[in-house]
Amino acid sequence: MSTHSLPGTRPTTGANAAGLRQDDVRERMLMFGLSVPAILLVVVIIGIPVGWLFWLSLFNDEGVLSTSNYTRMIEHKSYYRIFRTTFNVSFLTTIICVAIGYPFAYFLAQLPQKWANIGLIAVLLPFWTSLLVRTYAWLVILQRKGLINQWGIELGLWDTPLRLVHNLNGTLIGMAHIMLPFLLLPLYGSMRTIDQDYIKAASNLGASPFRAFWSIYFPLSLPGLFAGIVVVFVLCLGFFVTPAVLGGGRVIMVSMKIETIIDLFYNFGTASALGVVLLALTLLVLFISHKLLRLDRILGGGTGT
Amino acid sequence: MADANQINALPITIRGLTKTYGPVFALDHVDLDVRSGEFLTLLGPSGSGKTTLLMVLAGFTRPDHGSALFGDDEVIRMQPHKREVGMVFQNYALFPHMTVAGNIGFPLKLRNVNKATLHQRVESALETVQLEGFGDRQIDQLSGGQMQRVALARAIVFEPRILLMDEPLSALDKKLREHMQIELRHLHEKLGMTTVYVTHDQREALTMSDRIAVINDGKLMQLDSPRRIYDQPANPFVANFIGESTLLPVEHSDGHVSYAGTPVNVSGSESKDGRLLMLRPERLVLLKPGEEADYNTFQGVVKDVVYQGESFLLYVTLMDGADVAIRSVSQRGLLAAVPEVGAQVTLGLHPDETVLIPEGES
Amino acid sequence: MMTWLDSPASETQITHRRRIWLYIVATLVIVFLVVPTFIVIPMSFSASQYLEFPPKTWGLRWYGNYFGSTEWMTATWVSVKVAVLTVIFTTPIATMAAYGLFVSKIRLSRFIFILLITPMMVPVILIAIGVFFAYTKVKLNNTILGLVLAHSVLALPMVLIVVSAGLRSYDMNQERVARSLGASRLKAFFMITLPQIRFSVITGALLAFIVSFDEVIVALFISGGKMSTITRSMFLALRDQIDPTIASISTVMVLITSVALILAQMFGKSKSK
Repeated sequence: MSTHSLPGTRPTTGANAAGLRQDDVRERMLMFGLSVPAILLVVVIIGIPVGWLFWLSLFNDEGVLSTSNYTRMIEHKSYYRIFRTTFNVSFLTTIICVAIGYPFAYFLAQLPQKWANIGLIAVLLPFWTSLLVRTYAWLVILQRKGLINQWGIELGLWDTPLRLVHNLNGTLIGMAHIMLPFLLLPLYGSMRTIDQDYIKAASNLGASPFRAFWSIYFPLSLPGLFAGIVVVFVLCLGFFVTPAVLGGGRVIMVSMKIETIIDLFYNFGTASALGVVLLALTLLVLFISHKLLRLDRILGGGTGT
Repeated sequence: MADANQINALPITIRGLTKTYGPVFALDHVDLDVRSGEFLTLLGPSGSGKTTLLMVLAGFTRPDHGSALFGDDEVIRMQPHKREVGMVFQNYALFPHMTVAGNIGFPLKLRNVNKATLHQRVESALETVQLEGFGDRQIDQLSGGQMQRVALARAIVFEPRILLMDEPLSALDKKLREHMQIELRHLHEKLGMTTVYVTHDQREALTMSDRIAVINDGKLMQLDSPRRIYDQPANPFVANFIGESTLLPVEHSDGHVSYAGTPVNVSGSESKDGRLLMLRPERLVLLKPGEEADYNTFQGVVKDVVYQGESFLLYVTLMDGADVAIRSVSQRGLLAAVPEVGAQVTLGLHPDETVLIPEGES
Repeated sequence: MMTWLDSPASETQITHRRRIWLYIVATLVIVFLVVPTFIVIPMSFSASQYLEFPPKTWGLRWYGNYFGSTEWMTATWVSVKVAVLTVIFTTPIATMAAYGLFVSKIRLSRFIFILLITPMMVPVILIAIGVFFAYTKVKLNNTILGLVLAHSVLALPMVLIVVSAGLRSYDMNQERVARSLGASRLKAFFMITLPQIRFSVITGALLAFIVSFDEVIVALFISGGKMSTITRSMFLALRDQIDPTIASISTVMVLITSVALILAQMFGKSKSK
């Protein structure tokens, strides 16, 4: 009834073959073409400038090709301190977010959908409010004559105003506030998909509530937790506004240093090098977590019983 | 059957239609003729290529090569919106942001039909599918059957000469399906447009079609009327896919056919040199001693009796080891005569109903 | 209350009483999240020299400062103008890209998608100084156009992701039906698809507005003087001294964002999520 060619070969002749192929190509080009304006925008506004910066970072102050901008980072102690600060702040902020965020996400995931949605509004609300406004709010709350100190002293909890801002503490509090929603959303999402039947089964088999949580629930929530941790950490690495305002000049992150170099010295070579290193670190973290997350999935998200 | 509303239908001519996805042939050099005004069903299992064929006709899947003519026009490279075919999808795909009238009037609006005529034609379409007065309803207020009919009305309101339907009834429950099958058939008779209908349900195909095209692995297995598809399958695949059957190998010598040594009268078979004998459970008869004369007979032992409500099945193992099933209607007399497991029985197949299947695709 | 405390709270039959610490933590977290977002608003109505909560005396002096200052007002106007223009520019481009990539069967699409997301992954400070440097060469610093282009790039990934998600939950069969009924791809998109992904597009537009309106770092570099955005001016003021006027500016900013949110809700009304 019909003939067919050998499996695996594409017949190249046949009625209308050439024309059909043409139509196919034309359609693909058209669809691809729709994304061209966006591609142009990204390439011109980001690709070219950042590429240019990378180029600039390879020239020292005299305009000679060299790696001095990069080696300076290893030689000068101050750079080491800045990187250490940046990592500390990012690390600590992430820990704080996980410490208070995990219980909260767990709580939300246990609520019936209606109430959980209301709780989610509390989480999403900060997104709609400018980062600057919230940072300012913390400044006002934490300052010497701010809310916390006013109430603390009034209630007799302490006598002298606590130094809660213009230092690392204030920075951490502010950043934890900003970053918390970024951790909560993927984590909550992951928790919501955990089938309660697993917990029931564990209970049924004799697990105590804690055991059921630790052996079943926790591992299943890990994908969302890891995703949240990665997002928070990466965002912290490059953060600028909050540490600049709440750090009082005592907390210097890489992004702040870059700004200072341009502002005071207009030295694009050095600043670009720093920026490139920051980018490289960001990509490194993303890459590592990508590998880790894959591993986690392969292991089935279980820590073994 | 000619109707004042009858549209000038178009025949469809498909030649050498081929579509590959990597090494897989979704359509393998298919040749098919659809007669003007006929109701043709593309029947086959999942992945057989029947939907792909329909999509090529609609213009949403581009084949590697081949030709498709609507009447005298080559349409294979024509864009979907120029082909003037009506289409009904499995999930209806009604536009939720428009009312029923909005949905139905959509193709007319695209063709710049003036408001008054548009309104009248929408009303007329609603009448045809028996949904008068539903014009202002929202889509989410409709039941499955109603949505089905709106989708249909939308597909015919602009009087296309070809109608394509992709398993439109599979989302409906059984009773509604059977009702709609008959309705669609009546609609087809009234409107007269060439209809290509895709389904995997053989009962549906047998009920509704003028002709059935059985498709498997991207190839056309048989193109025939429902009666002939059922009675005279052209190859083992069709014999197995449509209805139930057991295929037994037969020997040929000097123009005589025999099975396990016993001669077989194949006067009812169109194919005289087929290698397989088809036994359909409902065509076999339990013979009482003395009745063997007019029949082709098979001796066997009853293995199992299964009561299935309106009929019962007898599983019989023949002398040479082949397993055969015979189905009898649950009528009082027949029920009383049901043999027990282990009993020797003689099965009979009337020569008029004896069919040989050519050894082909399976 | 007592019986509730002893009733089971989850599938493990753990009682509410034993989980009370969880509820306390949850309440604290909600306070932690919500209070700073809103505290500025009542404080801005305090009439005294220092901001206090609750305000001992009420007054509008800080608002007077704000609305009476040409610098603050010009900056606000710049921010609004740039944000609106960013929305107008980015939303169609991102929507087109989302649609094109969604429908395209080229394997390259995945890479293009990631390429368009990169502005979210590159540290903003790097983008800021890069754009600043490039703009100096083409004299785009301190211009509305410069700001709009830069903000559009930052907003693009967000809009792209949101619209792509909307397309994924949309039944493409509807577009096919529309085309079978006689609509060209273009008509089918505008008459059938767009009305149904409307919610995603509007959400994307809203996000673009917020990204641009709240943006600080890039604006810090590429805008200045008369072209300074409100966020830039605020940031500089914050670094120097704490001017309570900022409280009133913050409140107005929250108000503007809320208006955008409400408008989005109104135009994007959709039945399903």
